[in-house]
Amino acid sequence: MSTLRMTVNGRTVELEVPESRYLATVLREDLGLTGTKIGCNEAECGICTVLVDGIPVNSCIFPAFKAQDSSVETIENLSQDGALHPLQQAFLDHGAVQCGICTPGLIMTGKSLIDGKSAAGERVGETDIRAALKDTYCRCTGYASVIRAIRQAAGEDVEPYLPETRAPGRAVGRARPNPDALGKITGRARFTDDYQFPGMLHARTLRANRPHARIRSIDTKAASELPGVHVVLTAADVPGRNLHGLVTIDWPVLCGDKVRYAGDAVAIIAADSEEIAAAALDLVEVDYEDLPAVTGPIEALTDGAPILHEGRPDGNLLKHIKVNKGDIETGFEEAAVVVDRTYRTPGTEHLFLEPECAIGVPAGYDPGVHGGDTDPGAARGERALHAKTTVYVGSQIPYQDRDQVAAALGRDPEDVRIVATLMGGGFGGKEDVAGQIHVALLAEATGRPVKMLYSRQESLLFHPKRHATVIRIRTGARRDGRLTAVQATLYGDGGAYASLSEKVLTRATTHASGPYDIPHVKVDCFAAYTNNAPCGAFRGFGVSQSCFAVESNMDILAAELGMDGVELRRMNALRVGSVTCTGQEMRESAGLEECIDRVDADMRSDDFRWAWEDGRSRWAWGVAVGYKNTGLGGGAPDKATAEVEAWLDDDGEPRAEVRISSAEMGQGLPAVLSACAAEELGLPADSVNVLLGDTDYCPDGGPTTASRQTFISGNAARHAAQALLQRLRSQEGGEDRGFAGLLALARENGTSALERYEYWAPATRPLGTGGDMHFAFGFGAQAALCEVELDTGRVHVRRIVAAHDVGRAINPLTLEGQIEGGIVMCIGYALNEHYIQEQGLPWTTVMARYKMPGIAQTPEIVSHIVEHETSTGPWGAKGVGELPSIPTSAAITNAIFNATGVRVRSLPVDQDELLRAMRSGAGEVQLGWGDSTPIPSISMGEIT
Amino acid sequence: MLKTCWNNYHAPETVEEAIALLGRYDGAARVLGGGTDLLLEIQQGHKPPVEAMVDPSRIPGLDEITAVNGHIVIGCAVTHTRIVNDRLIRRHGTCLAEGCGVIGGPQVRNVGTLAGNVAHALPAGDGTIALLALDGEVQVHDAGGNRWMPLPDTFLGPGQSAIDHHRALLTRLRFRPMGSNEGSAFFRVMRPQGVALPMISMAVRLGLDDEGRVTEPRIAVGPAGPVPHLAVAAMEKLAGCTATRASFEGATETLLDNVALRTSKYRASREYREEMLRVHLPAVMSVAAERARNVSPVEPGA
Repeated sequence: MSTLRMTVNGRTVELEVPESRYLATVLREDLGLTGTKIGCNEAECGICTVLVDGIPVNSCIFPAFKAQDSSVETIENLSQDGALHPLQQAFLDHGAVQCGICTPGLIMTGKSLIDGKSAAGERVGETDIRAALKDTYCRCTGYASVIRAIRQAAGEDVEPYLPETRAPGRAVGRARPNPDALGKITGRARFTDDYQFPGMLHARTLRANRPHARIRSIDTKAASELPGVHVVLTAADVPGRNLHGLVTIDWPVLCGDKVRYAGDAVAIIAADSEEIAAAALDLVEVDYEDLPAVTGPIEALTDGAPILHEGRPDGNLLKHIKVNKGDIETGFEEAAVVVDRTYRTPGTEHLFLEPECAIGVPAGYDPGVHGGDTDPGAARGERALHAKTTVYVGSQIPYQDRDQVAAALGRDPEDVRIVATLMGGGFGGKEDVAGQIHVALLAEATGRPVKMLYSRQESLLFHPKRHATVIRIRTGARRDGRLTAVQATLYGDGGAYASLSEKVLTRATTHASGPYDIPHVKVDCFAAYTNNAPCGAFRGFGVSQSCFAVESNMDILAAELGMDGVELRRMNALRVGSVTCTGQEMRESAGLEECIDRVDADMRSDDFRWAWEDGRSRWAWGVAVGYKNTGLGGGAPDKATAEVEAWLDDDGEPRAEVRISSAEMGQGLPAVLSACAAEELGLPADSVNVLLGDTDYCPDGGPTTASRQTFISGNAARHAAQALLQRLRSQEGGEDRGFAGLLALARENGTSALERYEYWAPATRPLGTGGDMHFAFGFGAQAALCEVELDTGRVHVRRIVAAHDVGRAINPLTLEGQIEGGIVMCIGYALNEHYIQEQGLPWTTVMARYKMPGIAQTPEIVSHIVEHETSTGPWGAKGVGELPSIPTSAAITNAIFNATGVRVRSLPVDQDELLRAMRSGAGEVQLGWGDSTPIPSISMGEIT
Repeated sequence: MLKTCWNNYHAPETVEEAIALLGRYDGAARVLGGGTDLLLEIQQGHKPPVEAMVDPSRIPGLDEITAVNGHIVIGCAVTHTRIVNDRLIRRHGTCLAEGCGVIGGPQVRNVGTLAGNVAHALPAGDGTIALLALDGEVQVHDAGGNRWMPLPDTFLGPGQSAIDHHRALLTRLRFRPMGSNEGSAFFRVMRPQGVALPMISMAVRLGLDDEGRVTEPRIAVGPAGPVPHLAVAAMEKLAGCTATRASFEGATETLLDNVALRTSKYRASREYREEMLRVHLPAVMSVAAERARNVSPVEPGA
């Protein structure tokens, strides 16, 4: 211990801390300034940025003693005397805050830029912003709103970017910042790792770090005896079900007999500190018998392949998913032109900037025993705050977490409480259980709260990825461009456990003929278990993969027909009256044609050319369209229950609260739910609070997945508000009263002003049975203007023109945030991202090996909103969370073709390979970045 | 979770004190530059933790850029950001300002140092490649005193420096200032995926005589072998040639004939690297020549 003297946010501090400490740790743990977040501990993501003597540094890897006698400024210093700093206000106004985990880093980096420029008497230009924030990452916003916000804070007059939408009601249709944004811009917002409990232990997980092996024995004796270790748990210690899973229960909580991928958990350890727990991991002796590994879906399905889950009748075949419409042979007989190509898409990583963290608190926990304040409720003999086993976690599915934790504990779900903390991004990657069960087991085993924080590197190793696929697709059309047939065969790498593979790849399959009206369709998808990391939900949910193949084929087809690609799409677009490949008639809300028209008109304004050369670059436009179901569909029960309670505040003004256990991961759900309830109650949205995701206080909103929350939870909130209003009006003398009057009356009558409503989405039908597989679809069209450098093969996306049919824009500000963020994420899919595994071991072990798009890659985004209302959605709204992240990659590769004549068939685009093809005239590229073999050839319709 | 990378942190106030500290720890301490590479390498298990870190950044004078005795001298605590913004460097070591300007992002450049970049001895450190083209030298202090070494003498292999950072302190770097008829330029090619290391980096320093012939050219590229590559054959070929595109292309071909470029997995193929040198190196030479003709300083990146 030595004395560290600094000025922190204007206050002199003197601390006795170890000399080995980093600045971020001192700020967060010794000073309690948890506004500074840690995303990677690699100086890679920049979210931990603080100012040391005015200069932005990555505090995660900055030795604290390097800041001896320096002045340190953190996000907590910006808001003075209750007034927001101009940057904070601008982030709020422009909707530049989504999940909020990176917000402090973005704001501090922006502050240093503005302060520096202002001291030099210079103005801040967009180029300066892009340079200053080059390595300060954000996974949600796509940076467009961040750029606007910083420009505003630097003194420019910038309006929030709000595409034209339908005239608003009292709350619905109005642009409003997400209500939780205030905490996120001031640093007050608490994510899971920001919580501390008296007596809390720290846990670590022993991972297999080998792709496939039998466990002969596990010896935990030495680890258990290490001073400071409280408990070491293995499979034998799981009191209840030692498996979890969202669809198929096949994923061991702790592996006891076998490991199937490198991220498998073998033992968990709780200790006084993370360091001790980590040291103890090295002392656990596991005797493995390595088994041959299978690391690709095609190999996994060949005879003699090593079997992952013995005893399954289908071996490694996780699921064969089929779509059949019409007669495929007839369809191809009617075709004058047939295009047949095979494509490949990479496994990708969500890279939410908050690594997984969970805290388990044992039932009956009393902080007073550990020197904290005794639970006031418990002291008064009321139900204690932690009467049940409680897990604090940022998760997309709190109720399923509860059930899965309870099953592993061997207890009733009602004995477990999940408290949803703020989530620093999810994108589908926080649906499967991470540390939730482990911390509950450790908390119950030790009688202490236990925190399990994954490092970025562990997060990369452990959690499910986006499915890598190989997709062969054959598209047939008549001479006039009418599509007659599409046949496709897909292979999906499901990884070691089922996770959501079946659902994701069903979506890939049902969307594999694109948003087109085609009489004859046949699709076969083979999902396979392999010894790679499991694959599960990822924004786009399988459709991102098939859209790339479908829309690449459409451009090839257009060229062979001598047609304009936009016209070909318009001619075949699903519209009201069309029937999808699963046999669903579109009866309403099919706005694809308008999306195409809006994008086409915008793209073709001012001197339109498809392609041109400028200096050492070639520029070109490319177009793609896409669609995405809203809700679970396929016959799955899809419902949400919301509670709305209203009261008069101290000033006699009516206020209300919506309670539902749906998850907010940055997408803006609280703003949507408050608008839905407020509109019904006749209140401004600001008067309606939203409480999310506490399984003891909020009814079940179902999983936050499948772009379903605006529709399902929005409807639940709306109906609960309606029901409340109706009941209050039905009081005697209630007919003529306003809402405040109704509440006063209820108070006089002693009537509760709380209503609960269970909303059931319109019924859907399972795949293969025809009819409505889904109750709504969102549609989108995007045009990408790309620049390809002729000397390097480097690709830049310069402009995206997009139109999305969202049914109804409930909150245009957060909607635009979803669109911009989705588009930039899909730019990453096209140009940057590949989670690389070699023989079942990740090459992508650190964030430094996985580049997601930074601010420099943000193009100009022009967004059009199309509102073809769906009759069952709240005010006509459909889901939008995934839709914008679907067509972008094909729009980009279509643009690359138009620029260079090279067709890219494997993502992400490798400039090395692209340049080689440009130079050689090869016409196509088969290797994406990170690929080591050409795209395999696959048989149509049957296992290769 | 962060490992403990060091137990004691020392920020000595004189060079002598730093050397004494290193001596006292007898190999168990090491010098810390900005730490933006070193600390990650220790965290990720590529280098062992140490008992003590010796941070020379508080030694007076070592955070300065000065013109001394016919040299531009850069102290070991000078960050990349300082180099990029420094008028002397922009005038006399344009390629160095350009090279340091593309390292990492602003937060890394605000902490990382050129001395650290050189000490790391990577085959394609952007600052290192630029300093190699500038004919840089390195001052090393140890128990035996101090000496100036030509920069190439400090490279033993990839990530291996001839300077023992457990016992010696790299205190300063220097290079000759540009004459009025000299110029330099830097360029690198990156990809938007994977590790943020250049696919290929290149830097050139050259002078022009009154007849427009190239004098004292220096060409550095990387990665092109285990250590930063000084293209001696190409330099000999270019010396005395008229500064034309054809000469530059000829020198580039000579470079390609005399270097063993390699394919690095997930980074660049050999062919791509060759192509990038063929396309870009003559252009970099042209920019350096243009700057040599132009007496007024040229902004980096222009």
